[in-house]
Amino acid sequence: MVAGLSILSWVVYGATLEVCPTCSIRTIREGVRLAQPHDTVWVRPARYTEWDVPIDKPLTIIADSGAILDVQFRGQGLIIHNVDSVTVIGLAIRNIAFSSLEELSAVTVLNARYFRLLNLRIDSVFFGILVEHSVHGEIAHCVIRSSTSGHDEATMGNGIHLWKSDSIHIHHNYIEGMRDGIYFEFVTASLIEHNTSVGNLRYGLHFMFSNNDVYQYNWFERNGAGVAVMFSRNIQMLHNTFIHNWGMSAYGLLLKEIYDGVIQHNRFIRNTTAIRIEGSTRIHYEYNVFIDNGWAVSFVGGAYDNFFFRNDFSGNSFDVAYFGRPNNNRFMENYWSKYSGYDLDRDSLGDVPYRPVGLFTYLTMQVPETVVLLYSFLIRILDLAERLFPVLTPVEIQDPRPRLYPWHSLSSEA
Amino acid sequence: MGQIILYVIRDLVRSRWTLAYTLFYLLVGFGVLLMGRDPARAMVTFLQIVLILTPLMGTLFGIMYYYATRDFQELLLAQPLPRTHVLLGQWVGIALSLGVSLLVGLGTPFVVSGFGVGYSLVAATLLGVGMLLGAIFAGLALSMGLLTDHRIQGFGMALILWLFLAVVYDGLVLALLMILRDYPVEKLALVLTFLNPIDLARILLIMQMDVSALLGYTGAVFREFLGASRGMVASAGALVLWLAIPAILIVWRVRRRDF
Amino acid sequence: MALVEFRSVSKRYQRVVALDQVSARILEGSCTAVVGPNGSGKTTLIKLLMGLAIPDSGTILFRGTDIRGKYAYRRHIAYMPQLSYFPANLRVSELFALLPRLRRQPANPNPLIERFGIHTYLHKRWGTLSGGMKQKVSLALALMFDVPLYVLDEPTNGLDPVATRDLIRLLTSMLNQGKTILFTGHVMAFVERIASHVIFLVEGKKYFEGALKELLTRTRTSSLEEAAVHLIMNHSGVQGLEVRPQPVRTES
Repeated sequence: MVAGLSILSWVVYGATLEVCPTCSIRTIREGVRLAQPHDTVWVRPARYTEWDVPIDKPLTIIADSGAILDVQFRGQGLIIHNVDSVTVIGLAIRNIAFSSLEELSAVTVLNARYFRLLNLRIDSVFFGILVEHSVHGEIAHCVIRSSTSGHDEATMGNGIHLWKSDSIHIHHNYIEGMRDGIYFEFVTASLIEHNTSVGNLRYGLHFMFSNNDVYQYNWFERNGAGVAVMFSRNIQMLHNTFIHNWGMSAYGLLLKEIYDGVIQHNRFIRNTTAIRIEGSTRIHYEYNVFIDNGWAVSFVGGAYDNFFFRNDFSGNSFDVAYFGRPNNNRFMENYWSKYSGYDLDRDSLGDVPYRPVGLFTYLTMQVPETVVLLYSFLIRILDLAERLFPVLTPVEIQDPRPRLYPWHSLSSEA
Repeated sequence: MGQIILYVIRDLVRSRWTLAYTLFYLLVGFGVLLMGRDPARAMVTFLQIVLILTPLMGTLFGIMYYYATRDFQELLLAQPLPRTHVLLGQWVGIALSLGVSLLVGLGTPFVVSGFGVGYSLVAATLLGVGMLLGAIFAGLALSMGLLTDHRIQGFGMALILWLFLAVVYDGLVLALLMILRDYPVEKLALVLTFLNPIDLARILLIMQMDVSALLGYTGAVFREFLGASRGMVASAGALVLWLAIPAILIVWRVRRRDF
Repeated sequence: MALVEFRSVSKRYQRVVALDQVSARILEGSCTAVVGPNGSGKTTLIKLLMGLAIPDSGTILFRGTDIRGKYAYRRHIAYMPQLSYFPANLRVSELFALLPRLRRQPANPNPLIERFGIHTYLHKRWGTLSGGMKQKVSLALALMFDVPLYVLDEPTNGLDPVATRDLIRLLTSMLNQGKTILFTGHVMAFVERIASHVIFLVEGKKYFEGALKELLTRTRTSSLEEAAVHLIMNHSGVQGLEVRPQPVRTES
């Protein structure tokens, strides 16, 4: 930690106030109170039983490993309020109680600018990091963990919760066991990358009414429902992995009323539904990989002008399903593991179109109860027959030039 | 009856058909597992193989054995034994022999590859269900044999029965669900699957696997009934109960017919 | 006294009448041959006794009790079917072990194995045996039990002359011990050598029942063959029936 400090010393200026149980300053609250703007508060290893610690001046708080802010379920942790340039590094914060009245959290950021929350270790909390009306923030290398056992959606908070904020950079965080891993509502021009969001009760990542954001290189695994992007424009979703979001109403990615986005180079592995589309317009789906999902792409209405280009579909029980009308969505040069066409001109593209909506998919679209025939011999025979002599399956959805070989090397091992 | 069972097994274990059947499972078992697919998908492959093969093989072994040992039956029936013991003993013998083939053929790859770990319950259910299906269809085939001394007729009837339960029945279910599409038919679907041992076995297995999520709302209705451990026991019990149908058919025929 | 009694037993297979109101008695200690042309109902009679077929009407008594629906009486009967097919993959030695276990009765197969020379192929599988070998094994499998009644369906089928002679000696000694034998046969010479009584069936009807000597005396013939011809001609004459060609039908 000392070596770490010397490396970090360039960010530190002003005076340094040391906080420890045997120091003259024994609490974080006292350290903050005594500090001048732009001072550094150095929190030494110990357990500090404090709550609702206000941070109302530009400060850097650096905590040694082992420095724990134990709220003991009596309120909130740090409250960064109406202030610029607050940096908190390395502090562990734990034990925030559920409240039905307030969004109690380990770190609350209100009306702040240029805040940085780095290397925080947050355990057993209601909300993890709550950011409202703030801009130019960074939340990085934090670990936020709670337990979902004994809870439902109503009694749990989110890991990183942003509301009406702008230009926030959230990266390399690990979030587990919250309601939503990362929650965005009215958040713009922000970047979410290299985060891992695992085993959250509802969504690994949840976007609401947030425009012009990017999330990339994130890992979403075993979340109750998956990742939801709703009512948003111009979201770029790149290089993310959606894995094993499995359950009756689970999906890798739920898109609801989103416009003009880009979904590229993502991997969808073993999700009940890889992408469930309840309204998506002008989205380019390119170079994504869909492996061993129940449904790879499921249109549930309101999807227009989407373009699926050069994606890999392998081993999915149902490749494409739609409820309602097929509309004008297009597929081109995708790889389909179930395709059995030929390629006479040797351009690696099949010479006969592929209809990704299989017969069984079609039947279940018409009468959902027919799904009880899943894996039956009859369905195998019918699917095969339909593939040879397509009669029933919709001609509107087809890939006129299906790729014969996958674009990526495919493995269901993530 | 125990002696008859023992001798049927002793006879069948040496048959090259049994050997071929076991080897086939070994081959398929190791083949699928060596392909290195995700175990959940490998399990689906096994499910489909077992659901097709065990009823078919039960049917073929049952009817073939019936006619191949028709004259031996006569000698057995002339011994101081109740008639029913002879046929029921043969049935149990065939069923156990088929079961051992499945157990050795698929069980070995499961154990050797360590596939069973983490999937042991599903794997065990698969083997158990496969054995039950083999037994049910061997019994049905025997009853078809008991209906006629005409070999071709008997073979035809047994195969038609298999074809009906393996394929045609599901076709009728499909048609029925399409016709009644405007009504809530989940419960009907549930009842219909209980009436066919292959469907029952299929749903029972799917419900133990992750893929059960694919059944969606219909699955929820099933789960309500099957998913809870009591439902699981009930459906497994229903499958066991299915054994009673060939048993009743055999006893009914064997009491009346001439040999 | 009668060990077995058939009381106006009838049996038809679909349209073919196999037995028509046949009554007959098998006396204790007798060696009764059921004779008649092919399809006359010989095997049917035996199958009814063994409980393999169920009579349409009439009753069959074993030691005075109706056998219908019973099986325990078969403890006292050893049976050799006309054609024996054992599971092809069982060894001959296993067959000798199988039947005593099934019947829960002790057996003494070794003298018979010796006598018929079965020991040389005791370890072969049933499926690999020749017809003669199979017949000897079948015989031994029936005769090895110590029971009052032996029922043999065509015991001489496929036997070579030496084996036939051995069989005659064996059966004779068994009769001397007070055993009862019921058999079917169409080799008249064999029947004449061993039978004390004859039941003569033609097209499911009984034409004669009684001691062999009585048959010869009554028909004033010197051989069973001639007696049979006489019986058929006479009987049909009396009843105004023609001797029709035998209906083609397999008896199994």
